[in-house]
Formats: sequence, C-alpha cells, structure tokens
Amino acid sequence: MNEKKERYEVILAGSGGQGLVLAGIMLGEAAVREGRNVVQTQSYGIASRGGLSLAEVIIDREEIIYQQVQQPDVILALTEEALEKYAALADEGVRIFYDTTLAKPRTGANLTGHPFTKIASDLGNVAAVNILALGTMLAAIPVVKTESLAGVIRKRFKGTALEMNLKALSTGEELV
Amino acid sequence: MAKEARLVQGNQAMAEGAIYAGARFYAGYPITPSSEIAEECSKVMLKVGGVYMQMEDEIASIAAVIGASLTGAKAFTATSGPGFSLMQENLGLAVMGEVPCVVIDVQRCGPSTGLATKPAQSDIMQLRWGRHGDQIVIALCPATVNECFALTVTAFNFAEKFRVPVILAPDEIVGHMRENFSVPEPGEIAVIDRKKPSVSADRYLPFAADADGVAPLAAYGSDYVFHVSSSMHGRDGYSNNDPANAAWRVAQLHRKIEMHQDEIVLTKSFAVEDADVLLIAYGATTRAGRAAAMEARKQGIKAGVLQLVTLWPFADKEVAALAKKAKTVVVPEMNYSGQVAGEVRRVLGSGAEIRRVNSYNGEIISPQDILKAIV
Amino acid sequence: MSHATGIRYLKDGVLPHMWCSGCGIGVMLGAMLRAFEELDYKNTDTVVVTGIGCTGKADDYLVTNALHTTHGRALAYATGIKAFNPSLHVVVLMGDGDSVTIGGNHFIHAARRNIDLTAIVIHNFNFGMTGGQVAGTTPGGRFTSTTAWGNPERDFDICALAEVAGANYVARETPYHGWELKERIKEALDKKGFSLVEVFSPCPTHFGKNNEMKQTREMLDWFRERGLPVERYRKLSAGEKKNHFPVGKLVDRDEPDFNARYEEIRARATAPEG
Repeated sequence: MNEKKERYEVILAGSGGQGLVLAGIMLGEAAVREGRNVVQTQSYGIASRGGLSLAEVIIDREEIIYQQVQQPDVILALTEEALEKYAALADEGVRIFYDTTLAKPRTGANLTGHPFTKIASDLGNVAAVNILALGTMLAAIPVVKTESLAGVIRKRFKGTALEMNLKALSTGEELV
Repeated sequence: MAKEARLVQGNQAMAEGAIYAGARFYAGYPITPSSEIAEECSKVMLKVGGVYMQMEDEIASIAAVIGASLTGAKAFTATSGPGFSLMQENLGLAVMGEVPCVVIDVQRCGPSTGLATKPAQSDIMQLRWGRHGDQIVIALCPATVNECFALTVTAFNFAEKFRVPVILAPDEIVGHMRENFSVPEPGEIAVIDRKKPSVSADRYLPFAADADGVAPLAAYGSDYVFHVSSSMHGRDGYSNNDPANAAWRVAQLHRKIEMHQDEIVLTKSFAVEDADVLLIAYGATTRAGRAAAMEARKQGIKAGVLQLVTLWPFADKEVAALAKKAKTVVVPEMNYSGQVAGEVRRVLGSGAEIRRVNSYNGEIISPQDILKAIV
Repeated sequence: MSHATGIRYLKDGVLPHMWCSGCGIGVMLGAMLRAFEELDYKNTDTVVVTGIGCTGKADDYLVTNALHTTHGRALAYATGIKAFNPSLHVVVLMGDGDSVTIGGNHFIHAARRNIDLTAIVIHNFNFGMTGGQVAGTTPGGRFTSTTAWGNPERDFDICALAEVAGANYVARETPYHGWELKERIKEALDKKGFSLVEVFSPCPTHFGKNNEMKQTREMLDWFRERGLPVERYRKLSAGEKKNHFPVGKLVDRDEPDFNARYEEIRARATAPEG
C-alpha cells in the first residue's frame, strides 16, 4: 500500500506561523533531490479565503502543466479551520492528517489525528510542528523518502535547530 | 552542463537571470509581490561588484536605473502595479533617450492598492500605453520559473540591442511559485551587450542610427562626451524644436522596433497544428489553458494553445495565422476588460468568434473555467 | 595669472543665452564654468544633470556630458550615475520648483544619503518658465500669477532643509555676490558628500514684476540689503533676523558619503568567512 506513485498532489493547511509554507518548500526540495519535477505555490488554489495559510506541492516525474493542486492525494490540516475546509475530501479517498491539539477529533476512514502541536511542544520546540507532522505524513504516504527530507533539514539548519528538526521528523514517523 | 537543480521561486529566478545577463545595478522600492527580487539583489550585487540602492520611491528608482545605464551599467528595477504607475513618466525618458533598461512588473490585483498579494494580468495596457506621447516598448511575460530566468536574459538582450526599456511582466502566481530549476552555465544562453561607438570622439552622435535602426551608445566617463535629453532632440542629443526633426525622432523610436518585429515577437505553441479551438494565453493562465486543452482532447475536441511570450509588440502575425485554421478562439486572462482579447479582436476583425474567460477577483483561472468556454 | 573664463565648457555659437535680462541663471552658469576650469574638470569626467524649468535649459549651452531629465527628478538620475561610477563629477542644476517643490523628496533623500553630488539650486521664488506661478519657495504673502491676493502658504528654507537632512556642505549666495558664488561652487564641487549651493536669483519678468521690484536692480538691491555674511547674520537678534538672510558657507562637515559607506558594507559582505 506504500508503493510510490508517479505524481503526488499535497496540501499543507493551517494558520500563519505554523511554518507550513516552509514545510511545503522543504518537501519540494526533498523531491528535487530525488530528481523529480516540483511546483510549490502558497495561499492560492482550490481554496484560498479566510485566515488560512496554505502551501501546495505537486511532485511529478512528468512536466507539471497546471500549477495548482486539483486532486490532492494527501492533506495536512493543522487547525480546525483547515480541517473543516477539507474534511469532506476524506470521503473521496483523500488521506488527511490533522492536529488534534487544535482541531476537533473526527472519525472516518481516511482521517488520522495526532496531537502534533502538543508533541512538538513536549519535544521542546512548538515551531518544529511542521516537520513533525510531515514526518507522520511521509511515513504513511511516500511522497518523498524521509531521508530526502532529512537531507534538506541538514542543509537548512545548524546546531540545536538541526537536532530539534531531525528529532521532530523521527518522532513524527514513529506516530504511524 | 547545467548546475544542480534547486527549488527556486520565480522572483528569485528573475534576479538570478539579471545577474547572468550582466546586470550590475539595481535601484528599487519594495512592493508586494516583487520584493524578493530586491532582497536577492541587495545581497548579490555586493558580491558581484555591482550596486544595489533602495530609493525613496519608484520614481527615483527608475531614474537611478536610467542614470546608471547611461554610465555603462546593465540596470534594472522591479515593482508591481502601483509602483509601475509611478515609473511611467521617467520610463518615457528611457524611451526618448533610448536608454537600455529592464523593469519587472509582478502584476497584482487592482485597481489602486487592490488585493496586494493576489494575482492579476491587468497591466497589459499599462505596459503598452502607460506613458504619455506616442512611443513603443517591449513587454515579455513568463509562465514558468524557467522562463522567469530565460526571459530576464532576453529582456536585457532586447534592451541592450534595441536601446529600449523592456518590461518583464509576470503575474503574482509566476513570481511567487517555486519550481525545480538549474541555472545554465555561462555561455549557455547568449548575452548581448549594447553597441559601443567606434568613430572618433569628436564625431560621435548618440542618436544617429545605424542601418539596424539603433545608434551606438557610449557611457558617461568614457572617452565619448554626449548629451541625452527628455526634450525633443537631434542626432547630437541637443534639444531641437524643428518639426521635421520631431517627425524623424518619433518615427525612429517606432521603426527600430518594427524593423525587428520577427526577432522580438516570441510565442510558444502547444498542439495547435490541427486545433479547432485555439486558446490564446500568457503567463500563468497558459498553464491552465494547456491543461484545459489536454482535457478537451480527451473529450474529442481538438484544442491547442498559443502562448504569447512577447506581449508587446503584439503577435499580430502569429495570432492571425493560427486563428485562421481554428473555428473558435478562446482568450483566458486575469482581468475584467479582456485586455489581450481586445487585441485579438483587433487582429481578427469583428466577425471572428472570440470567447473570453476572465477572472478579476484575485482568484486563479482554473482549467475547468476554461473548459467551460471550450465545450 | 589670468582668470578662468570657463569658455572651454561652452558650446560654440549658443550665446546670447535664452534667459531674461536680469535673471541670475547666467551668472550662476558663468560661476560654475569658472569653477570647473579652476578645478580642471574634463568634459569626459563631468556630467551635468538638469531638471525642467528655466534652470533646466542650462545643458543646451554645455559641451560636458549632460542628462536633461524630467521635472523634479534630476537628483535621482544623478544618484544612479554617481553610485555606479564614483569617479565622475556629477553636478545637478535645478530651480526651486525642481529641487524642493516637485522634487522635495529626492532632495532630502539625496542629502540624507550624503551621495557625492553637487546640487546648484537657482531660487527665484516662483515658477518662472510657466508664467510666474507660486512655488513651495515663494514667501508667505507674496504675489504670483496664482496668488493674486498674496501667498497663503509659507516657504521652505532650502539651506536649512539640506542641513537637517544631512548634507556635508551647504552655502547660499546671490548674483550680487558673483565672486563669492564661484568660490562657494568650487568648495561644493571639491567636497565629498552631498553639497548644496543655493543661488537667490532675480526673476524680473515674473516675481519682481508681481512684487514691486520690476527693475532687475531692485531685486539685486533686495539681496544686497538683506543678504548678510553668515558670521554677521548669526549675531543678529531674532527680530532682526526676520529682515535678513545669511549668505556664505553655512554648513561644512565631513561625514562619509554614500559610496564610501557602500564599499565598507561590500568589504563586510565579501570578507572570507570565519
């Protein structure tokens, strides 16, 4: 079930300050490391109103023509508002990972909730919530190899921030 | 051999393209959604021996760019609609004085302050007619991060070759999107420098055009002494009120572009050979158009896309040739009034069937929006 | 030793010039060209940047490099020239409308930036070329073609503006003080950083005529009687100062100019790491 697809469309949704645009960029960079085509956009697309912060990432072996996500494979929702917006897509087969610290728990086949924010906070830095949640997402859906994302983290961060983010990534993976 | 691929933002790619083209002077005033270009230039200009200046406004920015260009720099600025409006008067001087320079206008939703972070393609007429007086400039429009880089180099090449301001006008989507991209090696894309005078210094006339319609341009501080003027001027650059001189001057500013129309007008086409439905698109809307055309073909409708890479001068010949073969022409664009659709109408005449797809609320046109106009 | 004439910088066959008889622009231009000659400026390494208005026509007479720009923006153009090639002598000729009315923002920022330009501002108290309308430098109560019952607004003190904005050198002279004017321009040209020479000028055609100083001599007398060397002016009481203005060198300091500061930053940016 974890077979890698040719194309992935990913939405990372939450509110400003949760680092989702950066997470989208880092996910895209991980895919570039794997030699794939990537388009990353922010704030716009199939949903763009309200206080949402939104990053979209499309990863494909082929040329990516339209730049916006049309049929998401997976959505990360870190706030109640974000989850509210996308929860219905779970019934259509879209895998949704959400943060139970900030969003009300839901039941449903494709809905997976974890207290990402609380766990990140317990790890010692709530700012690592983006990487933590990406870790969980990647463990379930192989959009990119976790090792590729770890490589991006190693390039971007130094010292304690590097350690924290790598710890967040592995902690996220272990939640699955 | 291209360098290692990176995930690069459109705005970043334009800054990198400018440096690749040899730009060594940037003056600007920050404005969303173009500011990443200024931020990159503020760092890189220090390292490549160039100069970055944050000016007091956009009026000063383009003025400083023109001053630096006349001093021998490849110079540019970046802005968005409100700032671009402020630059128009001085851009007119760059037209009149035949000063090579590049302006990047990352288009956002207006009018006025509008929706500062949202995309639009509604400066198309401002690109062409923003300045008073009769004049012409070149305007280019990228649809991908790769084109952001390549067309910035092209913009400098055209500016240098034809002594004219060139405006690069991505929409906000293209300016802010990130794609995998590798910077070409030096030499991989041709870089053109302005023609320098070769006559003796006492015989140099800064506005005496060669057979190609363009006069060589010296630099302040070289052995050549010269005048450039916003006022009507003769071949020597000194003011001249003679009507015959004015007629020559205005015609000359147009002719040097008209002479090279075929070289300047760049288009790309996708599956147009047998197209019954011809989509004419530019910028990010090209991508939605291509996706829509592919979907239409799945449904048995032969659709293709003509991408206008050069917006001005307008691709009259290319539009006319392809539209002749198609039954329907569709023009998707992010403005209310159909700024490019109007040009297509001018080219094709009142009888042609032209369908418009417009968005003007800051939302992107989707393939589904376009498909509705095709099916 | 013979005196400098500045004639080597004048285009052949352009005299007599276009300015009204009694106007101070010609005196200013003569003083500037003599200063050029005394400093041995070359046409190739000198760029004269002009704006729009009576003063803006000055480039027509010169054989140095020149850039005739748009109204109010001459300093911004000059900034690009100087920033890219610091070895050039860049001199900016503007009127009071150009420099501090439409172009006030560029004026204060050029001074703040302390970019190594010399601005020479002809201050004739109104818009001369367009028919004598009120300017941001027309004194309160004065009459112009758009203030027929007197100017309700106050005027800028151009020198004070340059001083507080950070100019390294500020001076004021009038055509009545021709020799001193040349000396001030020379000092300004020699000064690193932003320098301003304000030149009070008669406008007999408009401002003088509208304000009971129809004869050129009357405006010159006005300058002579009211313009006091700065040392004397500073000793006046506040009440007495209202009837006078200082002439001479008002500010002289040596703060680093833009290019020097930029190169300092460049050294920081390009220093080997660690």
